[in-house]
Amino acid sequence: MPELDKKSWRNDAYAKVTGRAKFTDDLKFANLLHAAPVYSDYVHAKLIAITTAEAENFPGVIKVLTAKDVPGANRFGQIIRDFRIFADDKIRYHGDVVAVVVAETREIAIRATQLVKVNAEPLPAVLDPEAAMLPGAPLVHENHGTNIVKTHVVRRGDVEAGFRQADFIVEENFQTQTVEHAYMETEAAVCVPRSTDGVIEVYGSMQHPFSTRRFVAACLGIPLSEVEIIGTPMGGGFGGKDDTAAIVCARTALAAKLLNRPVKMVYRRDWSMRESYKRHPYRVHYKMGVTKEGRITAVQCRIVADGGAYCSVTPWVTWRSTVQCCGPYVVENVHCDTFGVYTNNVVAGAMRGFGSPQMNFVIEQMVEIAAQRVGISGIEFRRRNMVRQGSVTITGQKLDGHKVAMEQALDTVLREMDYEKKLAKCAHGKGDADELYGIGLAMSYRGVSLGAEGVDFCAAIINAQADGSIFVEVGVHENGQGSESAMSLLLAEELGVDLNRIRYRRSSTSNIPDSGTTVASRGTIMGGGAVMLAARELKKKIAEAFSEKLGCAADKVRFKDNFICGRSDTDRIAFDDAMRQMWQMQQFPFALGTFKAPRVSWNEHTGQGDAYFTWVYGCQAVELTVNKKSGKVKLLNAVAVHDVGRAVNPEMVRGQIYGGMAMSAGYGLYEEVKAPDGKMTTLNLNTYRIPRSMDLPEMKAIIIENPDPVSPTGAKSIGEPANEILAPAIANAIFNATGQRHFSLPIHLGAVPEPTICGEGCK
Amino acid sequence: MKLFVNGKEIDVPAAAMDKRIVEFLREDLDLTGAKNACDIGACGACTILVNDEPIRICIKRVKDFAGQRILTIEGLAAADGTLHPLQQAFVDCGAIQCGFCTPGMVLTAHAFLLKNPRPTREQVRRAIFQNLCRCTGYQQIIDAIEQAAPHYQREERGLQSASASKKPAAKKSSKDTALANVEAG
Repeated sequence: MPELDKKSWRNDAYAKVTGRAKFTDDLKFANLLHAAPVYSDYVHAKLIAITTAEAENFPGVIKVLTAKDVPGANRFGQIIRDFRIFADDKIRYHGDVVAVVVAETREIAIRATQLVKVNAEPLPAVLDPEAAMLPGAPLVHENHGTNIVKTHVVRRGDVEAGFRQADFIVEENFQTQTVEHAYMETEAAVCVPRSTDGVIEVYGSMQHPFSTRRFVAACLGIPLSEVEIIGTPMGGGFGGKDDTAAIVCARTALAAKLLNRPVKMVYRRDWSMRESYKRHPYRVHYKMGVTKEGRITAVQCRIVADGGAYCSVTPWVTWRSTVQCCGPYVVENVHCDTFGVYTNNVVAGAMRGFGSPQMNFVIEQMVEIAAQRVGISGIEFRRRNMVRQGSVTITGQKLDGHKVAMEQALDTVLREMDYEKKLAKCAHGKGDADELYGIGLAMSYRGVSLGAEGVDFCAAIINAQADGSIFVEVGVHENGQGSESAMSLLLAEELGVDLNRIRYRRSSTSNIPDSGTTVASRGTIMGGGAVMLAARELKKKIAEAFSEKLGCAADKVRFKDNFICGRSDTDRIAFDDAMRQMWQMQQFPFALGTFKAPRVSWNEHTGQGDAYFTWVYGCQAVELTVNKKSGKVKLLNAVAVHDVGRAVNPEMVRGQIYGGMAMSAGYGLYEEVKAPDGKMTTLNLNTYRIPRSMDLPEMKAIIIENPDPVSPTGAKSIGEPANEILAPAIANAIFNATGQRHFSLPIHLGAVPEPTICGEGCK
Repeated sequence: MKLFVNGKEIDVPAAAMDKRIVEFLREDLDLTGAKNACDIGACGACTILVNDEPIRICIKRVKDFAGQRILTIEGLAAADGTLHPLQQAFVDCGAIQCGFCTPGMVLTAHAFLLKNPRPTREQVRRAIFQNLCRCTGYQQIIDAIEQAAPHYQREERGLQSASASKKPAAKKSSKDTALANVEAG
């Protein structure tokens, strides 16, 4: 068979391009019931009673589930167990679910949700995170004692002394908005009670099967072994298919378990928007001291993140913001206080970037503001302060275990864009033309994987068959990013076999060890690392089995071109023949690989430590025009340069970069969840505006490869780095076009173009 | 009432006339390529072709399509499973990530290229304006549509020469062209 085209290969491309890929809502089971969630119209209220009788009597309704039906834990969570599977004591935000209606059809379930009555006593709602921190503010969780979920600090050097050394002080306040992941596929689950052994099978749209399994097992009060999460294609996640997706699965599994029938719950877009967690809105006060030579002497910042009604992963998100609060710049004196806060707003949790898009919007404008005060270019200012090989970060981590490619990324963007020449052409609000031209850039470094946030290790299983075909499966999840394909490509390369020998085995939580969540841009580095270690283990087994036949020591055996070779290429055994012989030798060509993240450290009192085991570097630039009259921003051209360590699948890496830039453009210019009085009004894709093709410019993605020594594959990350800097680049370009700084997102300049695409169903 | 779906004649039971057509296709015909993602015609994930026109069907009923010729994503590849050159271009250009928008996107692009086999890049960008994608930033989708355009130009020439010479055999070139394109690409 011919070798497949590795440049853009995906194991799922054929199924997806022909419509054969079966997403959760596409799955069918006999005797399937349908479920729909019930919300109340309260934002903050003491729950008195939920009356379900009328709904339960509605023809076709089988059951209405509430908290009292939960046999196990109704309260769960990854950090603090404060999420309610169903509201039990209070309603804490407008998206809290009080009940789930299960019926013979989806339509009946939805109609019957109107018949569930909620009796509650309204409480004062706290919607402003700063107000929530004040003494006497209404408490969202009384037993937590305060609305502050978690604080983090950085204490480095002497910030007062640093400000005294400064010739200029720049100080600004910034604000970012709540944004929605807007994955094209909403939350969805189908749960099937297996008649043979009672195990609950869960098919669902999620990026964390193991966390979902914990939620389901806890809710049902059963062991992890009685829940099997079966990998199902997911229509987008972007960090958003974790907690809410798991809770949707838990409610559906509860219905399936209690009724002993398969149950499907597919979220309507308005439910998804209303209930699912979002990216945290931030308020940041930032003060920077700089010398007249353009050196940063000190940074003091105060970060307040609105975490909404439940904890979710707020402590981890705000930790990353804290660690990266000075961007890719060396600052000797830093004083950072970060607060994650409960409010009665929609829950905030993980979203692509995870605390960095907010901070980069601040930092990458601050460096330009400071540069202007000093009287040098933003580029020169960056050069004088950026991290280089051997630099020490603001948390005291020496960057010497990998290539520090910050300047390489910056220089590549400058060259590709002809940036400095174009910078001279910026309008700065002057001139007679209606269209004001501007160019801007932003850059970042980013700690790879979870860092000191959590336990970080991953498994891979390789199981070669007697005919030379090979199964591989990995504990990270296919989110649509091409994880399964990257793992297969790495394995084929390491074993020296054709890609078409390899079949990625559909994942199941009952087969592969719990390898954590597919977030934090950790899929390729952690999953790929595990594949590589498993492959090396397998090769060792095979080499030992054939070293005698090949007439060379096991460590001299080589794997290439579908052969296992001795010293010369002519001493060789075909791979499939070797697999057959191993079967006869009673040996399994089977290996489990475990990749453990290298050591990280963190002192939470000082905010010092080796926060991440490696870092990636990226820079993006954008050209745009601003229409003087309408305020319309037209993006003309954008370039991104990212050091990914090694690009396993270059087209997929570029895809991550383009998609990340698009999402960041939306963050900069269009996207905003609006919820006056805590009740969301942006409930569908007509009012919540994500970028359309015409909103985006031509984009160019340039990959830098500096293979990382701590990564067994050399590969690092791209999902989130790509998504964290275009918004500040746009802000800087708008400044260069108009002469106006914008300190809050999304950037509104006068009249905002409304979305024009809408069917008859749109209001 | 009848529908013509992917070249097959379908008798629609009276009870199904008032169903949303997206449900009829997905549930009754098991053609699950058309996706529900917004239910208000804002995102394009449910797009199918009706008489070669892209229609967002999530807000339409079965009865709206009486006697119409419908193409869903399941009907685009050749009967033997060989991808249509446009589909192959999506694969080759890395235009597929999560895949949820892909069926609607491919069909919108197919209808566009049938009418405009020589588009500028800006026209391609405009053509998919009604289809939302959250993964790709549209860049590789636009690349794919551009890459597939020559196939439609050949098809157009094939049709022109077929109608000029009235030789029915000329139309048969579709699959050969598809295969040639795959091999060449």
